[in-house]
Amino acid sequence: MSDFTPTIRAFCCHYTSQQTCAEGPEGLKQDGFPENVSLFRVPCTGKLQVSTLLQAFEDEVDGVYVVGCPAESCHNVKGSQRAAKRVAAVKKALEELGVEPDRIAMYHMERGFHPEFIAAAQQMDKTITKLGPSPLKGEAA
Amino acid sequence: MIIAERKPLAEIVEMTRNHENILVLGCRGCVTVCSAGGEREVELLASLIRLGAKKEGRKITVQEGVLVRQCDKEYVDSLDSWKNGYDAIVSMACGVGVNFIANLRPSTMVYPGVNTTFFGGSQDQGVWTEQCAGCGNCVLHLTGGLCPVARCAKSLMNGPCGGSQNGKCEIHSEVDCIWQMIHDRLERLDRKEQMLEVAPIRDWRTAGHGGPRKTTRDDLTV
Repeated sequence: MSDFTPTIRAFCCHYTSQQTCAEGPEGLKQDGFPENVSLFRVPCTGKLQVSTLLQAFEDEVDGVYVVGCPAESCHNVKGSQRAAKRVAAVKKALEELGVEPDRIAMYHMERGFHPEFIAAAQQMDKTITKLGPSPLKGEAA
Repeated sequence: MIIAERKPLAEIVEMTRNHENILVLGCRGCVTVCSAGGEREVELLASLIRLGAKKEGRKITVQEGVLVRQCDKEYVDSLDSWKNGYDAIVSMACGVGVNFIANLRPSTMVYPGVNTTFFGGSQDQGVWTEQCAGCGNCVLHLTGGLCPVARCAKSLMNGPCGGSQNGKCEIHSEVDCIWQMIHDRLERLDRKEQMLEVAPIRDWRTAGHGGPRKTTRDDLTV
């Protein structure tokens, strides 16, 4: 499993990723942001639907995570709370499918907290690498 | 409205295991309002069925569709114009929809995607509670508009059982005792004496205990 590099899709809101996106791809690389994490920026994580998160698994990613504002101080009031509920719904769905629920995670962080943003990506990369390829790719069968 | 909730995925996967081309069919009626079987839920279930099949290495095509209602012949008939073939339908309508497809499509296999639970209303966002049992013999005029058949755990017809405490049901402590509510409401409306009227032994035949029920309106049939 040591040569396995997971494909990870991250959804983050406009505010939490502001500084990160300002760095540009080269800056991110230098800061240690894993190259196997694809960043999808949305105006608010509350906009994400369960189907969008499931679609990522249908697209054969190994892990998904969402970064939104702190639950009690979302720029759009309850957006990140909604996102957390939807991530929880996908966790439940993964359990129903007999797949590790840790393949999806929710992070809450203040805007502009760049080191924490990088750390979340690294943590997710570590978790998914340990879990191995997603069984939902159908490769095991 | 009729309240429903999606069946466990494992149950749906098991019942459709032998099919390779499934149509997941939603309904824009009650199940859309209670977020159990509308367009969005169809999209989710279809995705989950595809992922489940892929995990098992099974090839499957899952199509998605939604009818205006599945409890009217006219709308079920619109399945005739479905361009792509399918070998089974997973209906996300209430049990009425599943029955209607089975009635009208003798050679189509249809499976229920939801459990139909009760007649209820939206108490809060994401919370639905039972309000009516469809018993066929309404007594709401005697009970201040609050139904003891649906909302009393014992469906008592002549006042509370005596087990309620602090206005809460002894069976479900989070549920208000409906007879306490009926009493308080009638008192507020200055109609408390209605409580003294003894309800006779109830004839439950109208509640479906006499077999399937039917309503015919001559003025509407041609």
